[in-house]
Amino acid sequence: MAHINVPEGVPGIRSLVMFRPETGKPLYELAQVLLRRKSTLSEAERELIAAYVSKRNDTMFCMMSHAAASKAFYGDDATIVDDVLKDMHQANISNKMKALLHIAGKVQILGSAVKQEDIDAARTEGATDKEIHDTVLIAAAFSMFNRYVDGLASFTPTDEKEYEAMGIRMAEKGYITPPTPKGGR
Amino acid sequence: MPHINVDENLPGIRSLMAFSPETATPMGKLANLMLRTNEGLSMAEREMIAAHVSYLNDCFYCQQSHGAIAACYLNGDTDLVEQVKKDYEQAEISDKMKALLSIAGSVQKGGKHVTEEQIKKAKEEGATDRDIHDTVLIAALFCMFNRYVDGLAANTPTDLSTYPLRAKQIAEHGYGNYIFSIPQPA
Repeated sequence: MAHINVPEGVPGIRSLVMFRPETGKPLYELAQVLLRRKSTLSEAERELIAAYVSKRNDTMFCMMSHAAASKAFYGDDATIVDDVLKDMHQANISNKMKALLHIAGKVQILGSAVKQEDIDAARTEGATDKEIHDTVLIAAAFSMFNRYVDGLASFTPTDEKEYEAMGIRMAEKGYITPPTPKGGR
Repeated sequence: MPHINVDENLPGIRSLMAFSPETATPMGKLANLMLRTNEGLSMAEREMIAAHVSYLNDCFYCQQSHGAIAACYLNGDTDLVEQVKKDYEQAEISDKMKALLSIAGSVQKGGKHVTEEQIKKAKEEGATDRDIHDTVLIAALFCMFNRYVDGLAANTPTDLSTYPLRAKQIAEHGYGNYIFSIPQPA
C-alpha cells in the first residue's frame, strides 16, 4: 500500500500526479521535453536510457513502462531493449549508445562518478554536447522519478501485458497529465 | 572545467539551464512549487531539506546555494542550517522536521529505503500526507538537480561570499529562467 492516501488501483507516478496535480504538470512537461523533443537521439534510445537507469535503481514500474515505450518505438528491433537491460555490452547498439549508457550508469551512482574519460570516450564515438547533456539529464531525472515512485510506495502492477499497453500509449500520446479526480485535492 | 561547452560566466545549474532552456522551464516550475510555499512546511524547512539532501549527495554547489537560501529565511542563522545539513538530530528543530529529514535521507539512498516505521513516526509527529509527499518529492528533486550539476561538472564557485548574493535573489524573486537570462548578482 502507498505511504500516503493516493487513488487506489492507479499505478506508479499517475497516482502521485493525481494526488498533487499541481506538481504533476511540470513533472510530465519535463518528461515530455526530455524524451520527445527533436533530438539526434531517437525516442527509442532516450526511453531506453530511462529504462536502463530505472533498472539500476530497481524501480520496476518505471523500468517496465519505459522499456515498453522504447520497444514501441523500436518496432521490429524491439528485442534490443531486453538485450540492453540484460547486458548492454553484448547488445546490438552503436558504440556511441554504449558510451552514453555508461555515462547514464555513472550518473545513477552519483554525478561526481562521471569522469573526464567517460566523456572523452563518448566524444570519440561521435557524441555531441547536446547528446551528453540530454543523457546526463535523463539519468538524473529518472534518479528523481524512481525515488518519487518508490519513496511513496506507489502501486506497481505485475502484469506484463499492462505495461505493453502503457508503452504503446506513451509512444503514441507522449506524457499527458491524467485527469484530476472528482472533487479535486 | 564543465564536461560540455556552457557559458563560463554562469555558476552551477544556471549554466546548464542556459544551455537547455526548454528543460529549465519545468525544472524552475518544480523548484517554485516545492520550495516557495509555506503551506504545511515553511520555505525555510523546505530549503533545509534541499540542503541536507545536497549535502548527502556531496554536491557542493547545491548544498551551499540552498543552505544560503534557507539562512535568508532564518534571519541569517547559518549555524542552524549547517547543523541540519550535517547532524539534524542535534539541531533545534521540531520532532516533525527530524522525522521528515530522516525520510529525506532514506529517499537520497533510494526510494525503497523509506520504511513504514519512518512514515508512521512522521505522522505521529503531526506530518500530513501532503508534508510527506512534499518531503519525498523535494528529496527526489535534489537527487536530480545534484546529479545534473555534478554529472556535467558545472562551474562551482569556491568563493563562499558569492552564495548569499544569489540566495538573496532567489529569496526575493523565486526560481525561474530569469536566473540565467539577466546579469548575475554582484
